[in-house]
Amino acid sequence: MAYARDLTAIRGLIASHKRWDRVFAVCGLLALMLGVLTFTALFVDMAIDGFPRLSWDFLTSFPSRKPAQAGILSAWVGTAMVMLVTAFVAVPLGVAAGVYLEEYAPKNWVTDIIEINITNLAGVPSIVYGLLALGLFVYQFGLGHSVLAAGLTLALLILPVVIVATREAIRSIPQGIREGAYALGGTQWQVCSDHIIPYSMPGILTGVIIGMARAIGETAPIITIGALTFIAFLPAPPVMAQAPFVNFEWLFSGFTVMPIQMFNWTSRPEAAFLQNAAAAGFVLVLMTLAMNGLAIYLRYRIRRNIKW
Amino acid sequence: MASVSGEVTSVLQPASRNARLARRRSRIMREKAIELVLFLAALVSVLTTIGIVYILIKESVIFFEEVPLWDFLTDTQWTPLFTDAHYGIMVLLSGTFTSSLVALAIAIPLGTIIAIYLSEFAPFSIRETAKPFLELLGGVPTIIYGYFALLFVTPLLQWFYPALPGFNLLSAGIVMGIMIIPYVASLSEDAMRAVPMSLREGSYAMGATRFQTATRVVVPAAISGIGSAYILGISRAVGETMILAVAGGMQPNLTFNPLEPAATITAYIVQVALGDLPHGSIGYQTIFAAGLTLMLFTLACNIAGHVLRKSFREAY
Repeated sequence: MAYARDLTAIRGLIASHKRWDRVFAVCGLLALMLGVLTFTALFVDMAIDGFPRLSWDFLTSFPSRKPAQAGILSAWVGTAMVMLVTAFVAVPLGVAAGVYLEEYAPKNWVTDIIEINITNLAGVPSIVYGLLALGLFVYQFGLGHSVLAAGLTLALLILPVVIVATREAIRSIPQGIREGAYALGGTQWQVCSDHIIPYSMPGILTGVIIGMARAIGETAPIITIGALTFIAFLPAPPVMAQAPFVNFEWLFSGFTVMPIQMFNWTSRPEAAFLQNAAAAGFVLVLMTLAMNGLAIYLRYRIRRNIKW
Repeated sequence: MASVSGEVTSVLQPASRNARLARRRSRIMREKAIELVLFLAALVSVLTTIGIVYILIKESVIFFEEVPLWDFLTDTQWTPLFTDAHYGIMVLLSGTFTSSLVALAIAIPLGTIIAIYLSEFAPFSIRETAKPFLELLGGVPTIIYGYFALLFVTPLLQWFYPALPGFNLLSAGIVMGIMIIPYVASLSEDAMRAVPMSLREGSYAMGATRFQTATRVVVPAAISGIGSAYILGISRAVGETMILAVAGGMQPNLTFNPLEPAATITAYIVQVALGDLPHGSIGYQTIFAAGLTLMLFTLACNIAGHVLRKSFREAY
């Protein structure tokens, strides 16, 4: 009798413990759903508000005092130009630094300092980079509120992302590849340039895309360096029809970018401008989502395809 | 390659041996030069840090020559642009503190639950779809979150509590918390995934349920990683700018009430940068002093996180 009672007590205990399992699983799913829900609300809200303004004219008009005629032409052109500078600076620097740290760096205190430093930089708020750029690029170097200053700032900002991605990609290459290349008499740089860098390219690319997606949405550092918010002109085109074909005037031109244009419209009281902000935000979200999606897809492909 | 056979036949001839040595020397030189270039690229990150510290300290020193440090730390007003100027950083810190607290109250519990769920409970298919999704959520530009806080969350909250002002720290903090969830969740999950399977198996063998194993075995074993994820979350919240600049209001306000509008350190920097302050004026210097405060705070967070990861790590 007592035995049977104990058994039911134990069974009850087990059941109650298992109930906690189910409760928690539901909680976890709900917490996850909250994220999904927020994201959907954000996206749908902005799409509904901005949809009436989305048109070809919106993409090809300059900002204007009249909300119905305003567009994001100077904003997306500015974003494209700033991104060009950022990519040109951050990718070579980041890849070189990553290769150095993985393949060349001796184990000493200099290397330790560089590594700790990179971890630390990844945690510095973006607005602090803006202050650095304001003090250093804008005034010390005299670059002014230019495309070049903004591009350099964002390049420094995403440098840790590119370095970390490069290092992870390099680390996943098996030692045998290096040993094989060295055994054939390759120098260290030949091994790096002919084997290590090409093989880690997909991983590096993923990191670069994620970094660029972050840079596209960065607002605070660019506001800090004093980018103008009302720009009704385009920087000089980088390519010309006659010799010398390239033109670097655009680097020193004033500019605005997508997130700043959106911020400008968001801080206006008129509802019509908020609509513009929503439309600009919608375009911006699509850009970053596309880039992040591409990076995630690339990573998925790499993980599936590479079998060393 | 022709040069290879050339080298083989030339071994015996002293003249071409010299040529070979010269070639080898130039190759070594080139290798050294490349290594130097790569090293300089790696050094850029150190230069960035030095640049940040140099600029912040240089401008702050000028600021602190005008404003005593004691006033900076104890004054209860922040009115640097008025004629009767006061520089009490406490005012901005209170806004930063309050909004971060709201954000962490959202991000830490939800992030932890999501991390435990994804690491210990979720079937493979859910985990594989949820992780990229969280990553997307973390990749949304913060200005978009700011718009969302101002024009979606604030009206929603006003529906429950009509007295809520249009700018307030609560909605900014909530949205900021949602923004931080992916960071906390994914770092905590990484820490939990690193706990070896044998610990879980031991726990299951003793008859523990999943929930018991998760909360009493996995979480304690991963606590250093989880703690550093929280600290990273804190440093994110403190450094977040655009959400607060858009939805938190920009007037300095010494308050710990999230229902009020208040400026944070970051929002103040944005506000000053938007106006046209002349280079070298005291107003211009204030943003560097504010930036230095911010930098010191996040640096302390980063170091704490690093120490936590290193010294409390359970080694398996």
